[in-house]
Amino acid sequence: MSDSEFGFTFDGEPVTGRPGATVGAALLAAGIRTLRATRRHGRPRGLFCGIGVCFDCLVSVNGETPVRACLTPVAPGDTVTSRRPEVDGR
Amino acid sequence: MTDVAVIGAGPAGLAAARTAAHAGCRVALVDAGAHPGGQYLRRLATAPTPLPDAVHPLIDNFQGASVWAVEARPGGVRIHLRSAAGEGRTLRARALVLATGAYDRTLPFPGWDLPGVFTAGGLQALVKGQGVLPGRRVVVAGSGPFLLPVAAALATAGARVVAVCDASHPARWARHLATVSRHAGKLAELGHYLRVLRRHRVPIRFRHAVVRADGDQAVGSVTIARLAGDWTPLPTGRQTVAVDAVGVGFGFVPSAELALALGCDLVPGAAAPAVHTDTGMRTSVAGVYAAGEITGVGGAALADVEGRLAGASVAADLGFTPPAGTARDRRRRARALRFAAALDEVYAIQPGWQQWLTGETLVCRCEEVPVSAIHHAVDDLAITDLRSIKLTVRAGMGMCQGRVCGPTTRAIAEARLGHPVTDVTALSTRPIAVPVSLRTLADVPPDDTAPTRPGGCGTRPEPAT
Repeated sequence: MSDSEFGFTFDGEPVTGRPGATVGAALLAAGIRTLRATRRHGRPRGLFCGIGVCFDCLVSVNGETPVRACLTPVAPGDTVTSRRPEVDGR
Repeated sequence: MTDVAVIGAGPAGLAAARTAAHAGCRVALVDAGAHPGGQYLRRLATAPTPLPDAVHPLIDNFQGASVWAVEARPGGVRIHLRSAAGEGRTLRARALVLATGAYDRTLPFPGWDLPGVFTAGGLQALVKGQGVLPGRRVVVAGSGPFLLPVAAALATAGARVVAVCDASHPARWARHLATVSRHAGKLAELGHYLRVLRRHRVPIRFRHAVVRADGDQAVGSVTIARLAGDWTPLPTGRQTVAVDAVGVGFGFVPSAELALALGCDLVPGAAAPAVHTDTGMRTSVAGVYAAGEITGVGGAALADVEGRLAGASVAADLGFTPPAGTARDRRRRARALRFAAALDEVYAIQPGWQQWLTGETLVCRCEEVPVSAIHHAVDDLAITDLRSIKLTVRAGMGMCQGRVCGPTTRAIAEARLGHPVTDVTALSTRPIAVPVSLRTLADVPPDDTAPTRPGGCGTRPEPAT
């Protein structure tokens, strides 16, 4: 980890982030492509449009309302969690 | 009150803002990205300095702001924003320039919702905007010239681009040679990308498409098929290749939701809703202008010219002296529009693509609606309009608000019906353009210019006595 890099977690696993990186890009750089499961059929989903159009890459950051991983900057110490059907309801 | 609000800081919005500001207008430039530049002038997120276009004493630059609604009122517009931090804010302006751009048009195929399948623009955003390699072995597929810079960026960044599959065929350019010959710059750009791809030994396969993706938790392989002239996949010569990323793009869809919400007239007969303007980029709604890809997809150079024209018109209409050069810009625009029309024709989506769908292929990713549900709505429920299909099968009712599935739902319904639908904007019209919290809605200041109706919305209940 270089000076400017920092740590955050995804579903409890440690991941390295860089300043200016989005949550989605940082996870992809770490080889993590699957960000959540769909609420009806539990299908795996990840980044798709990459520019905030499709809402496929929803994750929760620090327990807050789900955000688009492709647009949300990652910050040191963030706790990122995937959305799962049992949490999601419906 | 600001003179002009410009929504979108890509090539069109930057040109409009700069032109209007140089004429003396006070400008609010609003953009959802972290930096001005839009999807085209994309730079690494860590790039330190703002684009010079966005720096002018009369330009207030609002970055990271999502516009969730706009209202046209006598004498001006109200623009409702949500900042990157989630705070609500309302701007007022005498006039509005919409420069909201476009996003990738995708066509579904079995497995297209697996992680690792991206839009072509999404791959570009990750490689150029974030400096991340989305995969080691990648296929780029779709239709149109945009596939080439995406593949070139991936190859340059170190990915092995297994193939570029273009469903169209360059032979279709033959009837447009006169138009092409007047655009030497475009040909030089194309030549550059082709040289990069040749250097990295990336094969370009015309009349080929990715017709399915397979994998467990993410994509592991794709099937590539040769296509007939109408894009029907041919049964022989299919090839399955191992990949860990796929990019798909079949051109672009104008981001016309704000224009639709304002009631702007659309270009008649366009494949996707595009905003109609006069040669000065005025829409059918007084005080509202449109520039760039939302008026029809034509690339960054056309967007830049249209932005200047919109900035000049808005300045003139508000009583400022617009800069010289409008006549020249109109000629440039006419020439660029001819090239855009040729591109549209050469790379137009052909109907045979629906032959690579299965009944289970998802159309609406958000609501997980399969192709068979739309077929059922048409065949068994005798539905003939898009709005009823949306309400019945829920296609377009999820978080993306029909942005991804709208054009596809329409195409599948029309193919099944055997005739065009009449309500083409049913999956594109959204009163609220991006999801907002109830708190943001509650924070909107009261509007003293709104018409009041006795007993209607917005009247205060009588206090209980």
